[in-house]
Amino acid sequence: MTKQVVLAVHFPGVNNTTVWSRPDSGSQMAFSSFAHMARKAEEGMFDFFFLAEGLRLREHRGRIHDLDVVGRPDSFMVLTALAAVTDRIGLAGTLNSTFREPYEVARQLATLDHLSGGRAAWNVVTSCDAFTGANFRRGGYLDYALRYDRAREMLETARLLWDSWAAGDPLADKESGRFVGRGDAGAFTRHGELVDIAGRFNVPRCPQGHPVIIQAGDSDPGRELAAATADVIFSQHSTYDAGRTFYADVKGRLARYARAPESLKILPASTVVVADSDDEAREMAREIRRRQVSPPTAINFLEQVWNRDLSAYDPDGPLPDIDPDVETSALAQGRATRFDDRLGVAKRWRGIAEAKKLSIRELVIEVTARGGFVGTPQHVAAEIDRHVQDDACDGFIFIPHLTPHGLDDFVDRVVPLLQERGVLRRRYRHETLRANLGLPDPVLPDAWLH
Amino acid sequence: MSDRFAVAAALDGAGWHPAAWRAASARPGELFSARYWTDLVELAERAGLDFVTIEDALTVQSAAGRGIDDRVDQVRGRLDALQIAARVAPLTTRLGLVPATVVTHTEPFHTASLVSTLDHLSAGRGGWLPRISLDESEAGHVNIRAVPASTEEAWAEAGDAVEVVRRLCDSWEDDAIIRDVVTGRFVDRDRLHYVDFDGPFFSVKGPSIVPRPPQGQPVVAALAGDDASLAFAAASCDVVFVTPHDVDDAAARVAAVRRAEQAVHRSGAPLVVVADVVVFLGSGAVATKAHLDELDGAEPRSDAAVFTGPAGELADLVEAWRQRGVQGVRLRPGVVTDDLAAVATDLLPELRRRGVIGEPGSGLLRQRLGLARPANRYARARQ
Repeated sequence: MTKQVVLAVHFPGVNNTTVWSRPDSGSQMAFSSFAHMARKAEEGMFDFFFLAEGLRLREHRGRIHDLDVVGRPDSFMVLTALAAVTDRIGLAGTLNSTFREPYEVARQLATLDHLSGGRAAWNVVTSCDAFTGANFRRGGYLDYALRYDRAREMLETARLLWDSWAAGDPLADKESGRFVGRGDAGAFTRHGELVDIAGRFNVPRCPQGHPVIIQAGDSDPGRELAAATADVIFSQHSTYDAGRTFYADVKGRLARYARAPESLKILPASTVVVADSDDEAREMAREIRRRQVSPPTAINFLEQVWNRDLSAYDPDGPLPDIDPDVETSALAQGRATRFDDRLGVAKRWRGIAEAKKLSIRELVIEVTARGGFVGTPQHVAAEIDRHVQDDACDGFIFIPHLTPHGLDDFVDRVVPLLQERGVLRRRYRHETLRANLGLPDPVLPDAWLH
Repeated sequence: MSDRFAVAAALDGAGWHPAAWRAASARPGELFSARYWTDLVELAERAGLDFVTIEDALTVQSAAGRGIDDRVDQVRGRLDALQIAARVAPLTTRLGLVPATVVTHTEPFHTASLVSTLDHLSAGRGGWLPRISLDESEAGHVNIRAVPASTEEAWAEAGDAVEVVRRLCDSWEDDAIIRDVVTGRFVDRDRLHYVDFDGPFFSVKGPSIVPRPPQGQPVVAALAGDDASLAFAAASCDVVFVTPHDVDDAAARVAAVRRAEQAVHRSGAPLVVVADVVVFLGSGAVATKAHLDELDGAEPRSDAAVFTGPAGELADLVEAWRQRGVQGVRLRPGVVTDDLAAVATDLLPELRRRGVIGEPGSGLLRQRLGLARPANRYARARQ
């Protein structure tokens, strides 16, 4: 049977993927920006709208990084507000499990699920850095080796709390005077290594039973945790070959947990540039890359590898002939990407620059390219379909480079072609995100089966 | 003193009577739905109320108000109040939204992000109600800290939490986002500030993730009665809810607030003193309340005065309180589906007719309460 394409959109974030220097780049804070993109995605029959989270502003050379978009609202407040202006699209967000309590995370998710009629999803992330911890009571308390244990315990506890109310509660029966069927509604106990809590959860079972779980871990234990517990993987393997390898690896782990291959959706992050001709699309993509890597951004990237002040270098000139500083700690903090083998990376980059005769800026444009789909709407639709049918993925999480109109072209021009190909719905079939994704319902605990 | 008079409603489940969910008008099966909260909030906005508060806790309710019990005949469970406020923010344009949040068991950095975001989502209509918790059951739900040793300690920590939230709001100057294409800089980092808060309960580095909210700092409100809570309100809040038992007590409560302000050497605008009252309105109110009392098995205890009767008499009480220095009322509807509607159709028109309140206002919640937009402490320091 033809696989259906799963589509999600990641609201433009705070790295240099987001182009803010164009006149048509709108506010990253205004609710109208979020509402526009979420509604556009819903018009395009997307499965979910995704918001990342930040818990500390990024720094470079001991100062706040100022070259990319800075500042954003709390993701779950925005997602809850978006439930008021959308009907069917899923509402997904990251909540860091290191600096939050399972009770509050489970409650925020369950509240969003109730207030959206079953459209909530949680991207489970753990971080271990003292840099972020400086904003929190416990500081950077979590050992790096324990990050997957923390994620697993958080998730297990959240599911325990989501299961703590009987499916029929509240009865809210005025006649009999019984608001709840059981006097211990919400009772739970969890005595784990990292989570040790007990008491009464205060939100009834939510429409999805369990909100949809997203994970992004890529290491071996990360993949294993996802195979055991996730509904969706937010993957970095967006190219055809790497996608097929990753897909086979992760789906191959599912049998161990008695899970069907369709019960876990693999969605790589990707980008799209469409135009009337392939040449025009390629030219647009080149222009976007130049916007994404401004001259100061090019120097900034190089400094992350060289770990030195390179502000005296000309972005349009050759790479520095001095070597990276491997003695002192990293200049950049709060970033997702880190460069561990500085000398090796520098050597490789020098090789590329020499072979292709690239300036600093041209090199950074080259080495930070993420691929993505570039071409006519017909080409892009065919490529997306091919990736999905050939098991390179189950769909994509697209990251537009512009707020708030960055998804418009895709929805207006590519979505109809996917629908013509029969791989994208023309209307939502179900009310909940879980059902629209074709995921199985969570199993009810034995206690609630009568 | 401002001659503005604020009228607010306190939303909590089906209403403030424990058996409110069994009233004929009640919608107990919808307490966890968006439709229910949207209806209540839209009613409050149409009526011209200045703001609503939304109760919250990190545990299930109990008849005793502390600890847990196994009763099945009262409402149990509640949605997160900040998210309820977020859910209704895009559907309203004038109403202030003031959710409660438990500061004892919450990270102040998260509180700041949540409250600031509410203010952005509502274009400057956000506020918050810091709540302390000395409840063992609530502490057992989170690993953050043990139950505070005393009420004083809990309020002191709440004071630190408010201070951190206010500093984080100020950690972005209003004009920090510059989008300077020539230099490639999105923000002017000289207009972003570390808050470097270091206290006995926690330390927070900053700056905030969220740019400065439209009101500068969202409105902070608290319910205060004893010395510790009054001291907290006087030192940390913009609005204080008090619970006078009668007309004379109103003057005493206002005086107690003003003494507390002096005791903490409050600088800046004085607290806006708002009196709480539980209300059962209309000609059938006495019978309704008696019926609910019977259903619940006893007349419920209340920290605030309970008014039962026609809206005209409540307007008399409100006017009398106003003459004694009270600057607003927060109505706690006994049965929200009856009494909020009666506030809208009977009480507010009557107060308007008497000139106690004017036409419904708009704009920042601070403006409606007669509060100025706070200057940014860091901007002043830099200049």
